[in-house]
Amino acid sequence: MAEENRIQRPLSPFMIGPYYRPQLTSMSSILTRITGNAMIVAVFLIVWWLLALAAGPEAFATAEWWITSWVGNLVMFLSLWGIWYHYLAGLRHLIFDAGKGLDIPTAEKLGWICVYGSVVLTILTVIIYWI
Amino acid sequence: MVQFTLPKNSKIRTGKTWPKPEGATNVRAFKIYRWNPDDGENPRVDTYFLDMDKCGPMVLDALIKIKNEIDPTLTFRRSCREGICGSCAMNIDGINTLACIYGLDEVKGDVKIYPLPHMPVVKDLIPDLTHFYAQHASIMPWLETKTNRPQKEWRQSIEDRKKLDGLYECVMCASCSTACPSYWWNSDRYLGPAALLHAYRWIIDSRDEATGERLDNLEDPFKLYRCHTIMNCAKTCPKGLNPAKAISEIKKMMLNRHV
Repeated sequence: MAEENRIQRPLSPFMIGPYYRPQLTSMSSILTRITGNAMIVAVFLIVWWLLALAAGPEAFATAEWWITSWVGNLVMFLSLWGIWYHYLAGLRHLIFDAGKGLDIPTAEKLGWICVYGSVVLTILTVIIYWI
Repeated sequence: MVQFTLPKNSKIRTGKTWPKPEGATNVRAFKIYRWNPDDGENPRVDTYFLDMDKCGPMVLDALIKIKNEIDPTLTFRRSCREGICGSCAMNIDGINTLACIYGLDEVKGDVKIYPLPHMPVVKDLIPDLTHFYAQHASIMPWLETKTNRPQKEWRQSIEDRKKLDGLYECVMCASCSTACPSYWWNSDRYLGPAALLHAYRWIIDSRDEATGERLDNLEDPFKLYRCHTIMNCAKTCPKGLNPAKAISEIKKMMLNRHV
């Protein structure tokens, strides 16, 4: 049969959320990528900070004002969580790549460790460095 | 390619709401994906109501009751009704499973039923599995031998036979592959959890003599390595198998060949 005479079949719905139930394993996996990409924002801010430091007192004052403003603080705080999450999830993937922890109960336990661990480590970091 | 929305011809319309059964006290709503290749319309979701006091316990019982008593045009695959043929795999309440062994009591609220995700639809709940089966065929799902055929059977020790447990039980229902985001977006080149589980089943079979060729065939950035251990496959398998583990074992064998 000629290609153009074929029926245009619809694609069955798939999107996570409305059609596919989010799983702890899939959510903790996608979050690794999201945190990894989101931290690029923080990297730009830090590079700007350092460049401003090299450029002179006026430039640094501007950068400093933005980065220590509440928006800057929020971005930095979330990035801190992002880096901890990304780090723990990376360790989890190392364990997976070694062929271990791949049964569902263990994989889910490791997922919760990434989620709760990153929050605890973020709070600890804030306490140790800023208070 | 990563994709987050449905193409234009696949967007879902509001469908028909069928009348409620008369005189029933224990009524439940079923929201079911419908698509008819003959009417040229987009897919829709129809709502049916069943008297649960007169319905069997499984999702398949409800589907058969709807087809028999309300709407004979509702189309789905089913055969064994005991989880061994793999025909009635579909997306029920947001996960892929077999309708025949998934209890209605496991679903909270309305029962939402869609075909297996991210597949071309043949009609209603029937996905086109041609490509899925072709991928299965590509991993050579048979015993490949080079030595002379033994007089009776190819023998295997009890320990070696045990290595096939958790693999041979797969019924090829495609629940795992169609639960995998990597498969949704790269199924043109990524083999997916089902085909890879079968690949591993033959790789570790002590009687098979084509292990090297089998691994060569999988040495590819897409066929095998698009697995990112998301683990939707193991989470959803209606037979309780773990394709993620099997894929990981293949990756380890690949690594061992290189060191």
